Amino acid sequence: MIDIIINSASAILMGAGSVFILIGALGLVRLPDFYTRMHAAGVTDTLGAELLLLGMMLQAGLSLVTLKLVLISLFIFFTSPTSTHAVANAARVMGLRTVSIPEDNLISKEKN
Amino acid sequence: MFNIIGLGISLAFFWLSMSGHYTTFVLSLGAASVLFVVYLTRRMDFFDQDTFQFSIKWKHLGYWIWLGKEIFNANIAVAKVILSPKLKISPRMIEFKSSQKTELGLVIFANSITLTPGTVSVDIEDDKVIVHALNAELAEGVLNGEMDKKVTAVEGL
Repeated sequence: MIDIIINSASAILMGAGSVFILIGALGLVRLPDFYTRMHAAGVTDTLGAELLLLGMMLQAGLSLVTLKLVLISLFIFFTSPTSTHAVANAARVMGLRTVSIPEDNLISKEKN
Repeated sequence: MFNIIGLGISLAFFWLSMSGHYTTFVLSLGAASVLFVVYLTRRMDFFDQDTFQFSIKWKHLGYWIWLGKEIFNANIAVAKVILSPKLKISPRMIEFKSSQKTELGLVIFANSITLTPGTVSVDIEDDKVIVHALNAELAEGVLNGEMDKKVTAVEGL
């Protein structure tokens, strides 16, 4: 009984993760320029990958494998924003412009 | 000195959990690699910086849970944008003046922005974070300053 519940929960999680990765891939094709495509890649990096890992953890149960999966998900959380920032910063330094921004969209809001 | 021992212990724990083979020969290789990494880290003067004084407290756990919720909501929002037939996007660059005092706090803030899909921190100029956002609604998630306040609250070392 417990087996069925855990297996179906992990199947749902992995299915949802796959759907989000598919959405991310679709976004990479549909969105118009480099910066916006980066946001689609973000969907794959965060929710897609984490849901898949969570599903795998349920399959592995309490074992060394689960500990490794937890560490993998932590590393993804630390490294993926760093690499995204590095790529985005390189694009900005190179002077890559974003598509179709009207001047009045350039909001600058000061705090303090 | 305390930091060096702490690093050694955590590296040893990490190695043991990754390995799964506990014979004398493999364990001695692990011990040698831990010692070598500690030696290299010491040579790099890594402990002079404030990176290693960061300790995990309960309020960090609260921030992580809140961040997880934000990431989930932003994922749903971006997925909706991608799946909508008309592709309703209005990409924009925004500037936000952040209130963190330490470099580490600023890094946490910028990384949190990048982690939530739909907003990517593109550049940091002194205390201004330049963010690329997919549309106005997602940009508002940074501009309303909630994340900034929460990061400043947990940054206290």
